[in-house]
Amino acid sequence: MTGGVRLARLAPPLTLLTLLGPLAFGLAGTALPAFGYLPDLGGTQLTTAHFAELAAVPGIWHSAQLAVLVGLVTTLVSLGAVAGFVASDLGSAGFARMRRMISPLLSVPHAAAAFGLAFLIAPSGMIMRLVSPWLTGLDRPPDLLIVNDPMALSMMAGLIVKEIPFLFLVTLAALPQTRHAETMRLGRSLGYGRIASFTYLLWPPLYRQVRLAVFAVVAYATSVVDVALILGPHLPPTLPVRLIDWMNDPDLEARFLASAGAILQLGATLVALIAWVGLEKAGAVLVRHSRAAGLRFRRDGVIRNGARAAMLASSAIVFGGIAVLALWSVSGLWQFPDALPSSFTLKSWMQALPRLEGPLATTLAVAGLSTLIALALTILCLEREYETGRGRGGGALLLIYLPLIVPQISFMFGLQVLSIWLGIDASFPALVLAHLVFVLPYVFLSLSDPWRAHDRRHDLIAAGLGMNRTRTLVRIRLPMLTRAILTALAVGFSVSVGQYLPTVLIGAGRLTTITTEAVALAAGGNRRVIGVYAFLQTLLPFFAFAIATGLPGLVFRNRRGLRV
Amino acid sequence: MTLDFGSDTQGLRLDDVRIRLGERLLVALDARVGRGETLTVMGPSGSGKSTLLAFLGGFLDPAFTASGRITVDGVELTALPAEQRHAGILFQDPLLFPHLSVVDNIAIAIPEDIRGRRQRRSLAQAALADADLAEFGDRDPDTLSGGQKARVALQRVLASRPRILLLDEPFSKLDAHLREQTRQLVFDRARRAGLPVVLVTHDEDDARAAGGQVHRVGLP
Repeated sequence: MTGGVRLARLAPPLTLLTLLGPLAFGLAGTALPAFGYLPDLGGTQLTTAHFAELAAVPGIWHSAQLAVLVGLVTTLVSLGAVAGFVASDLGSAGFARMRRMISPLLSVPHAAAAFGLAFLIAPSGMIMRLVSPWLTGLDRPPDLLIVNDPMALSMMAGLIVKEIPFLFLVTLAALPQTRHAETMRLGRSLGYGRIASFTYLLWPPLYRQVRLAVFAVVAYATSVVDVALILGPHLPPTLPVRLIDWMNDPDLEARFLASAGAILQLGATLVALIAWVGLEKAGAVLVRHSRAAGLRFRRDGVIRNGARAAMLASSAIVFGGIAVLALWSVSGLWQFPDALPSSFTLKSWMQALPRLEGPLATTLAVAGLSTLIALALTILCLEREYETGRGRGGGALLLIYLPLIVPQISFMFGLQVLSIWLGIDASFPALVLAHLVFVLPYVFLSLSDPWRAHDRRHDLIAAGLGMNRTRTLVRIRLPMLTRAILTALAVGFSVSVGQYLPTVLIGAGRLTTITTEAVALAAGGNRRVIGVYAFLQTLLPFFAFAIATGLPGLVFRNRRGLRV
Repeated sequence: MTLDFGSDTQGLRLDDVRIRLGERLLVALDARVGRGETLTVMGPSGSGKSTLLAFLGGFLDPAFTASGRITVDGVELTALPAEQRHAGILFQDPLLFPHLSVVDNIAIAIPEDIRGRRQRRSLAQAALADADLAEFGDRDPDTLSGGQKARVALQRVLASRPRILLLDEPFSKLDAHLREQTRQLVFDRARRAGLPVVLVTHDEDDARAAGGQVHRVGLP
């Protein structure tokens, strides 16, 4: 078959270049300084001295271990909660309710969720206020280290409440490809409990489909910076935070150390991933043994309730946290242990607004542009896939996931070095490209399922009517997929809004967004200003999703066949 | 109606058509289908009969290999892309475009060389009237009944002025009464338009109603 959309031929190579180019150049740009090569700073000889220097930094191994631990615990708890909940409630009314409640959480930026959690659980936070003084007898905040605790428990909690919605939605997307209702019924008719039926029969094929997303969670949680800055331990912080400190050190020599550290981070994430594969194997052995023994696990109430509680807590914490952020942003005097401020004022907003303008414009422009580019590339790639019938294999999926599995910090460092060398650091196009690396995979993952599920007989009919591919795309396929396209746009937009590290490194402090400004406030601890920034940070993606949900209903209000 | 196997180039000619999946031969067919006549291809599901339609329409899955020549009125289609073959197709679902109004579903099918919004629209409107659906132009296609949808789908494919008509079990999802009616209508209109028709079905009644040659595939 000849014909087809011409531009679509360019899309797959261009997409691969967009995803893998920054990855390859970034890793190289990190590795060379790590081994001493950075001519601008006088490094012309390859040496391992910087690794030796790194090894001598006090507490460095502790920081690295902590990063690995955070990655594994976060993933284990969130995946366990999601799997347990799907096993125990799949098909019930509660499941549908949870689905509606959890979905919006995906759009909440990590930093906003982390701030929300901090505002809830801090010694002077909302929870302590609600139980004081009548229960605790306290009229002053207790002297406890809850946020920034040295074991990183609050940091893990902040990550878990955000990874649960992600893994839940990924699992939901994979479910239709299994015969889940029949499978669960079959398992239970053989006398197995819900958890056992799910684990023995449904989980293996399901997990195979969500595995890359799980890897992305492991990698993200081991290398996250913004959540660690807000909730993570201080003495010593997790490895990624220390890298950022060195990167921002006025002494430029520290860049060699930072680069060496970024390579260590790559190793730490790799160790976490290998450990995770080990956990997978151990889990498989365990499942095989209990299945071979025919264990029914009929009394699985504890697990089921635990999973439900974790899911509920995840949404309660994020929603509650956002509410408290909003409250602080408009609070006047608010003394401990009052549960509500004694007065409300818009002063914090009025003071912040003039300074918000620039970051807000940058946020919207970068998010808008990177998302549109990602959408165009995605549509053309999927069109090419439709025309050739190729490119939907596991290899292609791995390439899409790769920028989400390699730790951001390890290649963003190198990209920053590269952008300075090219003289394009802190430039708007460079920032858009940096965001595109992370926006593109999510836009692609979001649009590819509905695209592939679209009844291709519509395209065949259009061809039979004499319409060429471009016309079919514009007149038939894209309008019919309006809803999915707008959702993909909203996903891309919120991913871009939430990006902290690429913005800090490529924007180099001169291009700032709402997110970088919000995270920068973490150290200051002014709750009213943090409330303003973090709440605004939540609002932007929220509006994007509101438009994506509302607009098709408006445009197609007379078209029953396009309603959901 | 006369069957002319002579040098006449009118109608559809299938010369030595062979479709294979790997080593397995699914379809082997030589046929002449005159204008207004129907070739019925029968066989159980999975026998490759829909593959033949895909080959004729120009959207054969690359997994299959096909050889042979397709000509319509002396024009060879074999190497043309789907959109240049003018091979109209009806599936078992009407598959109206859900985002367009009923009349726009037909208007979008009218060839490009008919210019002017008003002329295109009045042609589409006339096609609707021809199907006793004159009042339904501005309606949401999803609000039509099953029989009405089937009629719109038929008018849509005819409006595109196809060279041949491909029918992929188009009556199998209709209830018995509607099936009979729709069958009559489709064959009647195809005959009136002088279209060679290729019908793929597993329903003997379809074959009888079509009243032309029958080719069976996938028999042991």
